[in-house]
Amino acid sequence: MSGPIVLEMIDISKTFPGVRALDGVNLTLHAGEVHGLMGENGAGKSTLMKILLGLYQRSGGTIRLRGKEVSYNNPREAIADGICMIHQELNLIPEMTVAENIFLGREPLKNGFVDYKKMCRDAKELLETLHLNIDPATKLRKLTVAGQQMVEIAKAVSYDSSILIMDEPTSAISEQEVEQLFNIIRSLTAKGVAVVYISHRMEEIYQICDRITVLRDGQMITSDLSANLTEQMLIQAMVGRTLDQYYPKQYLTPGEVVLKVENLCLENKFRDVSFEVHAGEVLGFAGMMGAGRTEICETIFGIRRATGGKVTICGKELKARRPYQAVEVGIALVSEDRKLYGLNLVGSVRDNIVLSALKRINSNAVVNDGRLNRVAKEQVERFRIKTPSISTKVSNLSGGNQQKVVLAKWLLCNCRVLILDEPTRGIDIGAKTEIYKLINELAAKGMAIIMVSSEMPEVIGMSDRIVVFSEGRQTGTMDHLQATQERIMRCAMPRKEVV
Amino acid sequence: MSSKKNNSGEARGIGRPQVSQYLERFGVFLVLLAMILILSVTTTTFLTSRNLLNVVRQVSVNGIIAVGMMFVLLTGGIDLSVGSVVALSGVVAAHFAHPGEFPLIVPIAMGMLVGLVVGLINAFFVVRTKIVPFIATMGMLSIAKGMALVLSSGRPISNLSDAFCFIGRGNVFGFFPLLSLIMICCFIVGGVIQRKTRLGRYIYSIGGNENAAHVSGIRVGRCKALAYVFSSLFAALAGIVLAGRITTGSPASGDGYELDAIAAVVIGGTSLNGGVGSIWGTLVGVLIVGVLNNGMDLLNVSSYYQQIMQGVIIILAVLLDTRTKRNA
Repeated sequence: MSGPIVLEMIDISKTFPGVRALDGVNLTLHAGEVHGLMGENGAGKSTLMKILLGLYQRSGGTIRLRGKEVSYNNPREAIADGICMIHQELNLIPEMTVAENIFLGREPLKNGFVDYKKMCRDAKELLETLHLNIDPATKLRKLTVAGQQMVEIAKAVSYDSSILIMDEPTSAISEQEVEQLFNIIRSLTAKGVAVVYISHRMEEIYQICDRITVLRDGQMITSDLSANLTEQMLIQAMVGRTLDQYYPKQYLTPGEVVLKVENLCLENKFRDVSFEVHAGEVLGFAGMMGAGRTEICETIFGIRRATGGKVTICGKELKARRPYQAVEVGIALVSEDRKLYGLNLVGSVRDNIVLSALKRINSNAVVNDGRLNRVAKEQVERFRIKTPSISTKVSNLSGGNQQKVVLAKWLLCNCRVLILDEPTRGIDIGAKTEIYKLINELAAKGMAIIMVSSEMPEVIGMSDRIVVFSEGRQTGTMDHLQATQERIMRCAMPRKEVV
Repeated sequence: MSSKKNNSGEARGIGRPQVSQYLERFGVFLVLLAMILILSVTTTTFLTSRNLLNVVRQVSVNGIIAVGMMFVLLTGGIDLSVGSVVALSGVVAAHFAHPGEFPLIVPIAMGMLVGLVVGLINAFFVVRTKIVPFIATMGMLSIAKGMALVLSSGRPISNLSDAFCFIGRGNVFGFFPLLSLIMICCFIVGGVIQRKTRLGRYIYSIGGNENAAHVSGIRVGRCKALAYVFSSLFAALAGIVLAGRITTGSPASGDGYELDAIAAVVIGGTSLNGGVGSIWGTLVGVLIVGVLNNGMDLLNVSSYYQQIMQGVIIILAVLLDTRTKRNA
């Protein structure tokens, strides 16, 4: 099935400041094969592909294309050599037609003007060879997500690509469309194109891939023909990390139910989500990226509006349609994206800390600066936030300290439910441990905590109970004693039938 | 203001103060000082009490508008309708200000009512229908202007009561222009709201990161709406004062005032992205524009060149501001 070697990536390593993202990774691509690339979030799949495309510069290793050493400074050079990537978020322009999108940047010219006739003709021909029934004159935004993806593929094919990288191409399309996608992939491989297929979905990987490489923590764990690898082996390879990191978790006897969620639904995002969180308990949310965990948190908090279901807090039904209503009943959300949803970056440490609690600190409309300063200073000490002063701009703090500012802000509000969405993302180990200790302290005070985390050891190490989500459904619930990385991974992998 | 003092005190506490920090805080103030210094040396007339009072009088209307404009700019929005609100409130107030008809409170109240209504409409379109502020208030610029023309049939309304004209022409304590005192009051009120109330804090946080403010449980829509209402109210007050000063309610007054106000606020260091700015900066910005125009008058520079200079100063001031902030 597979032909000669087209691409070799040998001993590739990449260091970001403070992080070793890739460590001696090898990847070999044969002409005409579909090569599955698997691994947890943050395992290094995207980094590896970005290095191949010239989006990142590697720190070490060699890349050989058909035996010749190459090195790209930008994607344009890679494309010129026939290497194309279809990104997860599509890079097409919605207000332009299909043909214009395909030939963007290399429009056929006639007398110095764009030759639309030729462009349309060429686009039509191209789409036909791929058996796609798309009119090249339609505006892109009128197509479905799958249709847009097909256009992106057509565009890649039009570059005469010999290597095509697809990053989770099926994450947003339906089953029939997956079938169509696979047909196109097969027709491409029949012509000798090598395809790198990044996906979390087991059955798809087995259906389409000839060979599978698994990365974990920036290292290549296994690479073999898919026929030689069982599902069990793949899961083990992906999660085989040891629980060496220290989690200072204190297990407490949980109190009464604080937050109860019943059959919560949000169209196209998640459905029938039900769980309870007790006072003093940490409930971990595990799952792959895009499993709907963030959306569930945002729905409880009133950022999104549920299309069904019920949320009760301390026995009273909560109908939060706006975040301020959730804040009023004592819910706090530490968002996954600090810079987008957590902080006012041009504001000072003090301004950020006191923001949500201004009403509580000052009962009248006029703000008492002295009291604000005192409160902010107390919080800085209590949370051990490393900052020159409370009037320092938040943007000058490290990630870990910024996160502590967000926590300090919420804990001024006397909240009862604390939702932490990826609380340690982008934070160094030392600050992580401090955040874990804070979580302990808060749980000890009787707060009900939900912790979303994509790092499995963290979920297992810090939760009392764990709920696993996959593609918007609850696929498993377990307490910390039963939880293993393999068990969580089995629940988290998207699949048709749930184990 | 006390919080300011606290800030600088702490900044000093953590280490030696850096030149760039001072530049960041006092940059535009130094520009103003330099201008005053140059004019004091190059002219004999600048540094006279008569001329200085003249400058203060000249900047007052723009100053009042700038205070309101600052609220909107702090949220990251913009209000282009203020110039027309000046005209409309002036015309409406003048309509009720003929001698012997109504007590003084009536024209003032009617003028302010204009500001309230226009502000609420602006707020509705910006907050509820989510039309971008530039467009919503640009539409209102035209509408309010047109209404001023309709109500006055395009002619200035004159023959106003002495009491009404006193607002714009009178002196307090025998020498200080009343309209400048009004401006100072506006700065105090605006400053207190911005620095000392929850609403003010919320407005800064919305400009800094609207998403984060929303997620922090702040009623973003309500705060933004109030900013637009404030902007219109201050503009309406400016319109009343201006009508008193020129002793007519003129539909042609206020043309281009929105740009003067935006210029003053921006020169004063308020970011058009929102979230950054101080009331002191705005005051300095207003004075810079005023001193610049006054100085060029004294130096006999033609008003055409004055326009050019004002443009240059705006660009230079913002450039200085972004430079020092980047280095700090």
